Amino acid sequence: MTSSQRPQPLFKSPHLLSIGDISPFEIVALLDLADTYVEVSRQIDKRHAVLSGRTQVNLFFEASTRTQSSFEIAGKRLGADVMNMAVASSAIAKGETVLDTAMTINAMHPDFLVVRHPSSGAVELLAQKVGCAVINAGDGQHEHPSQALLDALTIRRRKGRLEGLTVAICGDVLHSRVARSNIHLLTKLGARVRVVAPSTLLPTGIGNFGVEVHRTMAKGLAGADVVMMLRLQLERMTGAFVPSSREYYRFFGLNEEKLRLAKPDALVMHPGPMNRGIEIDSSVADGVQSVIREQVEMGVAVRMAVLDALSRNMPGGGNG
Amino acid sequence: MIGPSSQPASSRRAYVNADIVAPAQGLSGRGGVLIEDGWILAAGPKVTRETVGSGAAVIDCAGLTLIPGLIDMRVFTGEPGTEYRETLASASEAAAAGGVTTMIVMPNTLPVIDDAAIVDFILRRARDTALVRVAPMAAITKGLAGEAMTEIGALKEAGAVAVTDGTRGVASANLLRRAMTYAGDFDMLVVQHVEEPTLATGVMNASEIAGRLGLAGIPAMAEVIMLERDLRLVELTGARYHAAQISCRHSLEVMRAAKARGLPVTCGVSIHHLSLNENDIGAYRTFAKLSPPLRGEDDRRALVEGLADGTIDVIVSGHDPQSADTKRLPFAEAAFGAIGLDTMLSAALGLYHNENMPLARLIEAMSSKPAEILRLDTGRLEAGAPADFALVYLTRSWTVEDEVLRSRSKNSPFEHRTLEGRAVETVVAGRSVYTYPR
Repeated sequence: MTSSQRPQPLFKSPHLLSIGDISPFEIVALLDLADTYVEVSRQIDKRHAVLSGRTQVNLFFEASTRTQSSFEIAGKRLGADVMNMAVASSAIAKGETVLDTAMTINAMHPDFLVVRHPSSGAVELLAQKVGCAVINAGDGQHEHPSQALLDALTIRRRKGRLEGLTVAICGDVLHSRVARSNIHLLTKLGARVRVVAPSTLLPTGIGNFGVEVHRTMAKGLAGADVVMMLRLQLERMTGAFVPSSREYYRFFGLNEEKLRLAKPDALVMHPGPMNRGIEIDSSVADGVQSVIREQVEMGVAVRMAVLDALSRNMPGGGNG
Repeated sequence: MIGPSSQPASSRRAYVNADIVAPAQGLSGRGGVLIEDGWILAAGPKVTRETVGSGAAVIDCAGLTLIPGLIDMRVFTGEPGTEYRETLASASEAAAAGGVTTMIVMPNTLPVIDDAAIVDFILRRARDTALVRVAPMAAITKGLAGEAMTEIGALKEAGAVAVTDGTRGVASANLLRRAMTYAGDFDMLVVQHVEEPTLATGVMNASEIAGRLGLAGIPAMAEVIMLERDLRLVELTGARYHAAQISCRHSLEVMRAAKARGLPVTCGVSIHHLSLNENDIGAYRTFAKLSPPLRGEDDRRALVEGLADGTIDVIVSGHDPQSADTKRLPFAEAAFGAIGLDTMLSAALGLYHNENMPLARLIEAMSSKPAEILRLDTGRLEAGAPADFALVYLTRSWTVEDEVLRSRSKNSPFEHRTLEGRAVETVVAGRSVYTYPR
């Protein structure tokens, strides 16, 4: 796409808050646009000017390395001025509320706020009060929409489609925003989704989420096209949700033996950061079926697409 | 209990030609109330313009319903400690606007109402500043810490009407057993927040919605387990016991069985649990974050039924003022609680208008029943009773907006909703403390 063309609107909402709120058509349009940015990112000259003059603030109330740097690189490749704010260390410690912090930054007229927060719904609360486009980079245990989009892009590029694929999401579904966003996205695009976890790590009412529920890897992985592992937080392993990390590894850790239950060409995915030897074995994480590093590459492309799409809804943007 | 005394009550007045609903006195139909010096001289069909004589000022109440003043058994204020959220005075204004003539205030203040001197403080502040009657419940345990029982005898002498740890359930079975036994010696009512604390660590009902929103859930069984345990302790000790609020259908079964066994137990429900369900949380609305949590529609319907058949004794507002610093936060971090004094009567009338709830049962559950449980002399319309009553315009609709709410805090889960029916005049000890433009 060149800047002389008038880009099409992709997106109804001024924000990207959850996959639950967006239509399959919007998802496909974002993935198509992201495909073009994969190519851009592989060129020697990666600079684009679609966000020239725009300001993007990454507001992270929870520590993050990969998501924050991915959004930062995405913004910079599109020509935006990007600023990172790690709030966990400053304002919150002084007793300021999320909204106070957001309003302070809002007063500086950013065009994008990329927000991560440890509480479910916090990003949505903030989006109601600020005047710029808000992108949810993970809110508590609720959603992480750009992760689901990058996972879908990775699968679609490898398998050529999402519809009809069997995707097994394994591990701590209860506490995972990645799982919730992926369940929404994959079911909207016609994939068959299974969740595989001990019952203590499944949310109440999971049976009504439109997924198959399995309590053993043997059943959950049988014939799967994609095996998506989730990170198990260390604090969940000390007896409150599962008895120990070695017990968890024994029953739910992905190793070569368990992976053989899936289709021979099944993809192995993980949103990172990985606990090697707990939810995933190094031999599998680094094996031929793993697309874990590709997910990181797709992350940048997807976030470029999200920023581009949202900018088209802004005054002075593509549709403005 | 101390009533307002800043003005002498006017002399003889008669409210006539009203529709009276006073279930405890069996009054239902056209009639009036004759009052003098803060007391009722006569009430019923025989009080008419013709019978009251020329010595009384006559107020014609055509088209209005006259009910006993409401008694709200569960009110939190911010006095002492967080007066920026609510004072006894501001809460009493909200009460008066909602037809509530007696507020029973909870001990969850700063400092906690766990000492006779603080009971005395509350009663004096109420006497000097409040528009309606106020009586406190005192803490069961010192500092609400759940560790050592308070001076229940001295608290009762000072004027506390019951003991409760308010928003906290007493977790230790042994401590509650002792407190019940001891309270029994003073014929003191023990009121419990029925929630097993180690199970109730979440922020909303444990349900599919919580799963989707990524919020930690509180299972209904957290309530049922505590209620069942407490009822066994009642059996053991013989104490008078009241479950402050129940929120699910299983608790109704438990209460029905306990009452059938003849235990001296009663229970309440908040108007919010009768009118709303967990769907009202929508996209993380913190004004609908309550303790116990709003449950599913099945539970709400069961509670309405339980109220109709008398398994649930009383309706409370659960009035709990919170401000921006505690509510304009992500859902999990926000405080529990909603205001309700302004809206309890109107929301209850919604059950009458829309869900076939008999008006008499509603009024009983908010007046004579709480009076009976707390042994108050109010909540009735008969000769010799205090002149506490409200005139209600059953079909007057109004919209709940910040500027209409009298409470100092505005955290109403009914915000922006239109309710049907409201108090248009509230009388406490013969003095009109609120009028709504008719």
